[in-house]
Amino acid sequence: MSKTTTETLNAIEMKNITKIFGNFKANDDINITLKKGEILALLGENGAGKSTLMNILSGLLQPTSGQILLNGKLTNIDSPATASKLGIGMVHQHFMLIDDFTVEENISLGYENTKHFFLDKNKTEQEIKQISEQYGLGIDLKQKVADITVGMQQRVEILKVLYRGADILILDEPTAVLTPQEIDELIEIMHGLTKEGKSIILITHKLDEIRKIADRVTVIRRGKTIDTFSTKGVSNKELAQLMVGREVSFKTKKPESLPTKTVLSIRNLIVENKQGIQSVNDVDLDVLAGEVVGIAGIDGNGQSELIQAILGLTKIKSGTIEILDNDVTNKNVKDIIQQAGNIVGQVPEDRQKEGLVLDMNIAENIILKTYNRYPNSSKGILNYKNINSHARDLITEFDIRTTNEQNKVKSLSGGNQQKVIIAREIDQNPELLIISNPTRGLDVGAIEYIHQRIIEQRTSGKAVLLVSFELDEIMNLSDRIAVMHAGKIQGIVNAKSTNEEQLGLLMAGVSNGGENE
Amino acid sequence: MNIVSILTLVVSSTLIFSAPLILTAIGGTFSERSGIVNVGLEGIMVIGAFSAVVFNLSFADKFGDATPWIALIVGGIAGIFFSLIHAVATITLRADHIISGTVLNLLAPSLAVFLVKVIYQKGQTDNIKQAFGYSDIPLLDRIPFLGQIFFSKTSIVAYIVIFISFVAWIIIFKTKFGLRLRSVGENPQAADTLGINVYLMRYSGVLISGLMGGLGGALFAQSISINFSISTIAGQGFMAMAAMIFGKWNPIGAMLSALFFGFAQSLSAVGSQISFIKNVPVVYLQVAPYVITIIVLVAFLGKYNGPKANGTNYIKSK
Repeated sequence: MSKTTTETLNAIEMKNITKIFGNFKANDDINITLKKGEILALLGENGAGKSTLMNILSGLLQPTSGQILLNGKLTNIDSPATASKLGIGMVHQHFMLIDDFTVEENISLGYENTKHFFLDKNKTEQEIKQISEQYGLGIDLKQKVADITVGMQQRVEILKVLYRGADILILDEPTAVLTPQEIDELIEIMHGLTKEGKSIILITHKLDEIRKIADRVTVIRRGKTIDTFSTKGVSNKELAQLMVGREVSFKTKKPESLPTKTVLSIRNLIVENKQGIQSVNDVDLDVLAGEVVGIAGIDGNGQSELIQAILGLTKIKSGTIEILDNDVTNKNVKDIIQQAGNIVGQVPEDRQKEGLVLDMNIAENIILKTYNRYPNSSKGILNYKNINSHARDLITEFDIRTTNEQNKVKSLSGGNQQKVIIAREIDQNPELLIISNPTRGLDVGAIEYIHQRIIEQRTSGKAVLLVSFELDEIMNLSDRIAVMHAGKIQGIVNAKSTNEEQLGLLMAGVSNGGENE
Repeated sequence: MNIVSILTLVVSSTLIFSAPLILTAIGGTFSERSGIVNVGLEGIMVIGAFSAVVFNLSFADKFGDATPWIALIVGGIAGIFFSLIHAVATITLRADHIISGTVLNLLAPSLAVFLVKVIYQKGQTDNIKQAFGYSDIPLLDRIPFLGQIFFSKTSIVAYIVIFISFVAWIIIFKTKFGLRLRSVGENPQAADTLGINVYLMRYSGVLISGLMGGLGGALFAQSISINFSISTIAGQGFMAMAAMIFGKWNPIGAMLSALFFGFAQSLSAVGSQISFIKNVPVVYLQVAPYVITIIVLVAFLGKYNGPKANGTNYIKSK
């Protein structure tokens, strides 16, 4: 876009950026430099201030103090429109797309071509085609965004910023929703972009990707820049340590799995959704005491429906589900989770919507499943003395970072919210623990802790069913891995003898991923 | 009565009853396409009807034949100002859309009747002297058979209104403004990140609904009720909403469904003159439009839910 006569090697310099919300310093004197044609990774825990910093760069937020230099020139970015004019484009983690619009409409929105008062679609299409060919981003412009895959939606987002003439691209957690193959494609696209002279800032907390994708990395912790260095020769361990500020172990230590009796047994399970499509299609699955069975797959391939069917949250069309030899098919939720004490524990997919009552305090959230029995209540009256003291015990035991048990759950960070749920469920000592995406959006420190807790359950002889969209997590925790694709179990593999490639192929529905159970 | 004169009567009264509904339903479409639910259409029509009648009574001597047309515009402008309440409440102050719309519906008739009492010292106005009547459309009325049914002794305004629905369709689906309007109704945050002014687009949507609803009320008062009283606008705004939903938030769809509702309303007005339904008790014909409105809403609501962010407030982060 803008051609500078005074050539400088730095596309962006953010100097001494401070951003204060109320009395909270989200960014405290941060400095980052993006060189032309490089990929700079921005690494940090949740709440470290990465998003705030990038929102400042893309014009959504104004810094309290500090300077931004674009191509060596002092610049004031007061709105997203200004940022876009200056050639800065952001690809958001949660796609900013309009499902009901076509790909072409999504890309051109805000920068429409018109001819005599009407939209000029032909011209727009030609322009987009030219860009997509230049950068190898093939896509069907006439399809509705709702009908294309997540990987393609991300291409739309990238094309959107390129169409606006961006020279500097910010990608916020771009790989979170992609399959391994799609991630490889994305990496290729990103390298293609830098070859064409674009500069990229990549926000992530996935360490492997940083080394695969980025040239340099800037680590941010608690609103401060910790260090910037080349990604060559850096290990994940070093990166994690800088990010968290202490040593972190990635591989959760786990002793040999010694599966015993069958706890959960699913046979020929079929669940239909409202449109009459079989979202779970003839699934057979066993989970034994003392093992973690991981369900891998891309979001929306029947994992949620499978879990809902087990818990009685959705109607089962046909097939059977047994928990400890009791038939629970189509029973109601309370009968399933409370049979013989709370034998089923559940950590739901969406902790804020399904797992917690955000406006209630920690103690109240902890008794959600046991409020109706002694010592939490007697004769229908809640005993807050017992409730609160039990909550205090769990806060200590599960390392929930909060000042006291009376704090509302919504004031806790994501990791601590998740710990409240894990505490509530594990405290009941369930025989079967069903866990969905337990570490989504959490940082390495919290992930490490939650993983240890899950393995503890399994080693103490409980059955664990784990659904996760994170392949690393599945491979790290599971003893056996079932891959779901289009409602079917595409294959069950042994966690020790599989690899990402095989799982990725199974996730994409290629049936010869090779079964090796 | 022969078949041609029956058809002429039904077609022209259908057109007359539909035209206000079409205008208002198109207005509702603009508002809801921008993401603001507008249940206040009824109230907006009341204000439009009131202002048009007052203007008509006051200036009929001065403007003569042109009075109803000018009064129409006055009603539209009054509608814009009245809808501004809804726009400020929902867009700027982020109030619940249904509550704010209900406020318009409660406020409008009370305010209008109060003002009628203040101005005329009685509960309802006199009949206006200059109203929209029936006329022949030159040339077209000479087409054999069809010309007599559709283009003689008919409402010119209704044809203009039908034409407006096509213009509205082009604006919503074929122009930059329409694309942006729809984008803030579907995903305001996405639109915001692309530099589209969400508040401006939503204000435009609501104020256009004020204009069209005001025009609709003014047209109704000057072609059907001929005066203004508490019962001048009795459910037409809700029927227009039903027409908008039935028409799937598409101006042409809204126009077609409004024609259908207008037909239902016209039956009660002209039913007594048509031999084969003369014996149907008039009360059935009178409730028919309302019953049809309810059935349509129950049967079709939920199948297509309209713009995705309809009814949600947008808070821009600072």
